[in-house]
Amino acid sequence: MIPNQSLFFQKFGITANDLQRYLGEALSAGGEYADLYFEYLTSTSISVDESMVKSASQGISAGCGVRVLAGERTGYAYTDDLAPEKILRAARTAALIARGPAQQPVQSLKESAAHQLYQVSSPSADADIVTKLELVMRADRAARAYDPRIIQVQCAYVDELRQILVVGSDGTYATDIQPLARFTLVCIAKSGESSARGQSGGGGRVGIDYFQSERTPEYYAKEAARQALIQLDAREAPAGEMEVVLGPGWPGILLHEAIGHGLEADFNRKGTSAFSGLIGKRVASEKCTVVDNGTLPSRRGSINVDDEGSPTQNTVLIEKGILKGYLSDKLSAKLMGMADTGNGRRESYEHIPMPRMTNTYMLAGDDSPEDIIRSVKRGVYAVNFGGGQVDITNGKFVFSTSEAYMIENGRIGAPLKNCTLIGNGPDALTKVSMVGNDLQLDEGVGTCGKDGQSVPVGVGIPTLKLDRMTVGGTAR
Amino acid sequence: MATHTEIPGVIETDLRVVATDVVARAMKAGATAAEAIVREGTEFSTVIRLGQVETLKEAGSRALGLRVFVGKRAASTYSSDFTPDGIDHLVNGALQLARVTSEDPFAGLPEPAQFGVVAGDLQLYYDDVYSLPPEARIDYARRAERAALDVDPRLKNSDGGSFDASTGRKVLANSLGFVGDSRGSYCSVAAIPIAQGEDGGMQRDYWFSSARSLSKLESPESVGTEAARRTLRRLGARKVASTKVPVVFDSVVAGSILGNIFDAANGGAVYRQASFLAGRLGEKIAGANVTVIDDGTMPGGFGTSPFDGEGVPTRRTVVLENGVLKSYLLNTYTARKLNLQTTGNASRGLAGNPGIGSGNFFLQPGARTPQQIIGEIKNGFYVTEFLGFGVNLVTGDFSRGASGLWIENGELTFPVEEVTVAGNLKEMLNNISEIGNDLEFRSSTACPTLRVDGMTIAGE
Repeated sequence: MIPNQSLFFQKFGITANDLQRYLGEALSAGGEYADLYFEYLTSTSISVDESMVKSASQGISAGCGVRVLAGERTGYAYTDDLAPEKILRAARTAALIARGPAQQPVQSLKESAAHQLYQVSSPSADADIVTKLELVMRADRAARAYDPRIIQVQCAYVDELRQILVVGSDGTYATDIQPLARFTLVCIAKSGESSARGQSGGGGRVGIDYFQSERTPEYYAKEAARQALIQLDAREAPAGEMEVVLGPGWPGILLHEAIGHGLEADFNRKGTSAFSGLIGKRVASEKCTVVDNGTLPSRRGSINVDDEGSPTQNTVLIEKGILKGYLSDKLSAKLMGMADTGNGRRESYEHIPMPRMTNTYMLAGDDSPEDIIRSVKRGVYAVNFGGGQVDITNGKFVFSTSEAYMIENGRIGAPLKNCTLIGNGPDALTKVSMVGNDLQLDEGVGTCGKDGQSVPVGVGIPTLKLDRMTVGGTAR
Repeated sequence: MATHTEIPGVIETDLRVVATDVVARAMKAGATAAEAIVREGTEFSTVIRLGQVETLKEAGSRALGLRVFVGKRAASTYSSDFTPDGIDHLVNGALQLARVTSEDPFAGLPEPAQFGVVAGDLQLYYDDVYSLPPEARIDYARRAERAALDVDPRLKNSDGGSFDASTGRKVLANSLGFVGDSRGSYCSVAAIPIAQGEDGGMQRDYWFSSARSLSKLESPESVGTEAARRTLRRLGARKVASTKVPVVFDSVVAGSILGNIFDAANGGAVYRQASFLAGRLGEKIAGANVTVIDDGTMPGGFGTSPFDGEGVPTRRTVVLENGVLKSYLLNTYTARKLNLQTTGNASRGLAGNPGIGSGNFFLQPGARTPQQIIGEIKNGFYVTEFLGFGVNLVTGDFSRGASGLWIENGELTFPVEEVTVAGNLKEMLNNISEIGNDLEFRSSTACPTLRVDGMTIAGE
């Protein structure tokens, strides 16, 4: 028996019998597996620009996606109307990826085990809009008060509550209510002819109290203003290969781009990743152990169950430099004969799930951050980044600094203009010679894009030293 | 292989009635002005990989967005729930939010005299995008992939061939009496082959064709063949030493740089002083050979629309003329902030205040072919792909990962990868020494081949 307190039973009148019937319809043309993904998403956004709340919005999006698998083939259809005839029609459409009589029966549904990762007394989505307004206004005031050279402040608070129900013809039955909140702040600083930008933000699967106690608007304001002021004095970044030290936390985007995407099972099943066939091989220095962990409480990249209804896991990707495993969803796990790691994720009911990262980070090492900096003769110390990108087939990846400094003779020097760092995924981590004892996860702003689908993710590293990496500045 | 011919989800409701009804209800509930947008769309997509169907997707959807004003306060809501209860919720939610937002003297709908639509048939909608039977659509994708893989035995793998078709309709209505209705169609065919070299290293590239009508789509064979050519030429790519040489950007990556210029001319970035073009109107900011235009009225264009996201007719705006910054791209709000007139570039999502969107945004072509431009360079870098987004619009600083081909004595020689190309957009605009004759609209932004001098390549 399955519990029936889900919103989809209560609000939309869907019954357990209906779910069996929809799955049956989806398998009616001979598909091997079918699943239904019901989603009801409410979101709120409020933003401040020029010290005014110029925009506040709220929205609801609801729908159901039906997927049918037959061998390596996927049929998919969705509806934003949860009336039975609409869902049946989507099921019939998706069913036709297969041809022939029904072969697989629908198993009786059984609730999946799930984590309890969101320690939220009341979701941010339920908080009063005035409370959210006060947060963004406080951030605006704090950033402007930080320094008279801060001439513009833009701040936004966005939260959502995603309720999902996933049922599969293999008996999968999972529900989850996923809160997510994010604070972002951009400052523009101006001094004489020089202008610069600073950015900060954070959040997670947290309630609004997180922004009243752990990470206040003043914290984010100070951070963005500080960065903008530093960048006012930035000088040209160097060009060429040199030593690079990455600060802890968000610079872990290195892992996301250099190895994370290349280890997603779909690319490896198809042999299109630069990491294909490298399991058991050395892809990093022995100081590197990297995991993807969807089970960390309250983190932006964490989820109790993935979007196929499987519980998330802590998966070792690289252990002491040796490639250990891939990130998989149900389809790749089945076709590759490996375990499903609970990484099947999707942007919404309109999208087909695929292997995606959750929180990807490197475990702490033994070196002190001070020793790491001191060991560098001439290099770059990069502590904050914008985004990155990877070509998973040739392995080349980039990530772009938003706050970086020269290191000369073991001392941190002048701030540098934004520049892109470029490397090759399968060997970038072999250049890691020092790993700090100061592992940090990012503040909770990451969004990962793949095949046009965005999902929230986290990253983290301790302070790291790479002996060689190409720095894309303009100065010799 | 079987599939379904019917595109589900489109319900025969008059969207104009829905939109005007939502506006009327918002006004009745206390709004002093209101604007509703209704969007409806269908999509079909298929991916073929190594000759077999990998995915087939079909769906239809619709959604409703409402923006209300209570005096000078604005707020918005959106939903896919078209039931009377759902619409009540939408209207009441927006009005409640508008009680807490700030009085903004510049907020509001456009002036009544500014509303309108571009007259005539803009050639945006062709029902032939769905005219093929499903088997033939799948075959388009299969033919594109096969054409690519047949070119050379080194093309051993594939990320697939694909065919996509979609149609969309939007209705915008507001409390000043504007009702605009526009339909569009789109189809595309693409191939992403993967080549493997003797050293085992793999390279991937892609090519595509897109069109508003199936009859204007290039053949899957020509798309596949071009994808193969672009992929094969990357095999054996290597890093080069850091240097400063002339850089030639092919039309694809040049379009990406032009996209940065669009973002810098965005009125929102300008009034916030978050653009290096802020305060430069009327000044010469680029070489005299550089003219950039935004035109939302070109028949059949990917960026064409009869009206913008606020109901203002789209138009042709000269942004840069012979290097002089003539206009920013503006909606009503950013125009009021800058004491200018809207350029009909409002873009409207379902929620939030309107942003700035492009029409057909392009840099005027020159007279010489890309081959002639490359032919004059003794030592240089021909860039065919960017990696990453390292552009700072406040400062103009530009630093992006790049791959392409090395130029020696006027010829393309070996492939290059894992390098960056860096400079500053302010200087790059003044250092465009050659503009190709190869302007071609593959999306709403298009740029011919560009040669830019003075940039730094970082590699070994």
